[in-house]
Amino acid sequence: MDHFFTLDLLTRILRMSTPLIFAALGGLICERSGVINIALEGLMLIGAFFAVAGTYWTGSPWLGLIIGVLCAMAGAMIHAVWSISIRGDQIVVGTAVNLIALGLTAFLVQSIWGTAGGSDRVTSLPKLGGMSILVPVAFVFVPIVAFVLFRTKQGLRLQACGEHPQASVSAGIDITRYRYSAVLTSGLLAGLGGAYLSIGNLNYFTLDMTNGRGFIALAAVILGGWNPWGALAAALLFGAAEGIQIQGQSTPGFPISSDLLVTLPYIVTLIAITLFVKARSGPAGLGKHATTS
Amino acid sequence: METTTATTTQASANSGIDYAIRMQGIVKRFPGVVANDGIDLLVRPGEIHALLGENGAGKSTLMNILFGLYTPDEGEIAVNGKPVDFSGPRDAVLAGLGMVHQHFMLIPRFTVTENIILGNEGSKSVLDRTAAAKRVREISESYGLLIDPDAKVDDLTVGLQQRVEILKALYHGSRILILDEPTALLTPQEIEDLYGILNRLKADGTTIVFITHKLKEVAAVSDKVTVIRRGKTVGERITSDTTGQELADLMVGRGVSLTVERTPATPGRTILSARNLTATPIHGHKPLTIEHLELRAGEILGVCGVEGNGQSELVEVLSGLRPITGGTLTINDTDVSTCDPNGFRAAGLSYIPEDRHHRGLILDFPLWENVLLGNAQEGPFVRSGIVRERTLQARTSQLMQDYDVRAPSPSTPARSLSGGNQQKLIIARELFRNPDVLLAIQPTRGLDVGAIEFVHKELVRVRDEGKAVMLLSYDLDEVMDLSDRIVVMSEYGITGEFNAGEVTRNHLGLLMGGRHSDDQAEA
Repeated sequence: MDHFFTLDLLTRILRMSTPLIFAALGGLICERSGVINIALEGLMLIGAFFAVAGTYWTGSPWLGLIIGVLCAMAGAMIHAVWSISIRGDQIVVGTAVNLIALGLTAFLVQSIWGTAGGSDRVTSLPKLGGMSILVPVAFVFVPIVAFVLFRTKQGLRLQACGEHPQASVSAGIDITRYRYSAVLTSGLLAGLGGAYLSIGNLNYFTLDMTNGRGFIALAAVILGGWNPWGALAAALLFGAAEGIQIQGQSTPGFPISSDLLVTLPYIVTLIAITLFVKARSGPAGLGKHATTS
Repeated sequence: METTTATTTQASANSGIDYAIRMQGIVKRFPGVVANDGIDLLVRPGEIHALLGENGAGKSTLMNILFGLYTPDEGEIAVNGKPVDFSGPRDAVLAGLGMVHQHFMLIPRFTVTENIILGNEGSKSVLDRTAAAKRVREISESYGLLIDPDAKVDDLTVGLQQRVEILKALYHGSRILILDEPTALLTPQEIEDLYGILNRLKADGTTIVFITHKLKEVAAVSDKVTVIRRGKTVGERITSDTTGQELADLMVGRGVSLTVERTPATPGRTILSARNLTATPIHGHKPLTIEHLELRAGEILGVCGVEGNGQSELVEVLSGLRPITGGTLTINDTDVSTCDPNGFRAAGLSYIPEDRHHRGLILDFPLWENVLLGNAQEGPFVRSGIVRERTLQARTSQLMQDYDVRAPSPSTPARSLSGGNQQKLIIARELFRNPDVLLAIQPTRGLDVGAIEFVHKELVRVRDEGKAVMLLSYDLDEVMDLSDRIVVMSEYGITGEFNAGEVTRNHLGLLMGGRHSDDQAEA
């Protein structure tokens, strides 16, 4: 057990929390604008894949990062068009984006690298103290999102779109523009989270490497009460569960079976949601449109 | 002295402008409907102008056109003498118009200040909430609106929320206010306060358009009134030169009877009887205690009182929705104290609920399925557990004819009907079962004059057929006009009982306010 509580554990927790923080902030902005985004999972996967593919094609992880993020934003654009302009059911649209992401990345892995399981190794992004450069970036985004959301005109309007679309329209706010911006921003952030998984934390892509993190990020949004600081805390909690699980598995003689241990993050998610999500409900206009002539 | 100065400045400011709002020949067509069919509306600066019409007459469409939410198909609009062609609410606000919608456009989770500045936050990206709150407070105080800028809208009463809406318009610089059915959700006291605010705004030179279908409000607050019917302007009158009867006839397009005609009641046997009744209280309320209440065949019993004095509990107990904890309740000599609502209905009770949208109808269901509600036992509509759709549809068509429910077909969803037609459908459903007792709870709430007349006539007809009717209403005039016997509810009990004609409005008012029947000396 001496090998369990080490600096490694702290590093692992931060490393595991990072993709959740990115995706949760993206999901939060999206939902605050009134658009349900269960496509986070798929957008992360797209970001993860194209970051590797971009690095593979260009040889630069930085260009790979940009390509990954842009592709995730393109995926978000699909979600935006169908859920905002076409007014499709946002859950169905989100599910479709997730399935497309899963199928598309599997197909492209096969066509580019000729393997069924994953990509070749590529250069990863630079590291700082054993952690990807993207780890501190995720933390910096939290106060930025909080400031924009709560202190600026644009943030107030974004919240208004999510709370009461009709009132926003009658206050002269272009809710379509705000919602598109929010969904695209969620694509950007989910893309960063995905790219972190593939070229930040590791240096390759494997099939379905997000492994439900998009949904856990969504749980962090809800558990954090749609507040950036709350979402950060929730992402850290879930990241800790995952970090402990990995640390436990790699500690010789750890008393809990590794098969049980891998379920820890999901069990923590369920417990946390049962215990802490009560009165606080999401934006009142979530999934609702304004009626106009 | 101050008033004189104000008037002079105002007069000079308005010189050269005949009309604050001039709408002429407005036509707006929707698929299948002509909502506005040549409406004229002329409003002079600084007047309170009532726009009177029944539900569905085209009032809201006209105001949405004025506010830039709809584009008219024909017609001209000028604001303060300048022709305008708004492409959205923003243009309307810039032209000095402000709209207070019937359903408030407020965000419950935002503070008063946040709601008010939304869409007009200033040029800087970073919000200055303190400065905004200060300005909101100033405007609020100058019009006597008394609103805390930092309060969360969710925590405010409906009346205060409406003030926030008015404040919002003033903050945005509106000098022409449009209020869409502003009293629909207010209590009588809040309505009085609103009149005070409107008069104060008028004194300050604000022009006000007041949309309503209630004649009383036209008389109480307006200087001039434009009446529209079925999308057309049918008359413009100076309020002091007209009568309620004339306006009602114009609005409905035929002679309407504003007073209820009825012969004295001939009460028969007791049909519903309650003794020493107590019930589980609604969370946070006091428990209901009814020592004695009787409904007799062939009479209308009016229940008056200030809202929130146990009426909801009484209605729920009498309709079987709330469990009884003590005492006896009989309908047609059957003890129903342990029955569920079906038991009450089987014993002969029918019920017109207060809230037609939530308790009276399932809005997304077609009319014929709504007729099935409460009638889904084995019988003409249900055989061996299977609904007989054809029989039910035919019966619904028949009821629609008998009760003048205007809808395209029995398959129309209830949601698409006007409030009056929805209420007629409920009445039809509750009466065709031939009940012995009818509970009518606020049966005319939100209805227009024509529909109110229909409901009132129907209640009297049912009474004359020898049924027992209980009318519960927060409109004291309605209770006094219709009832043969009146009981007063106060503090979760009955505090007075009178025969109609043996009690004054004033005396009832005092009892409703919490005085006891024995305190007459003080009254």
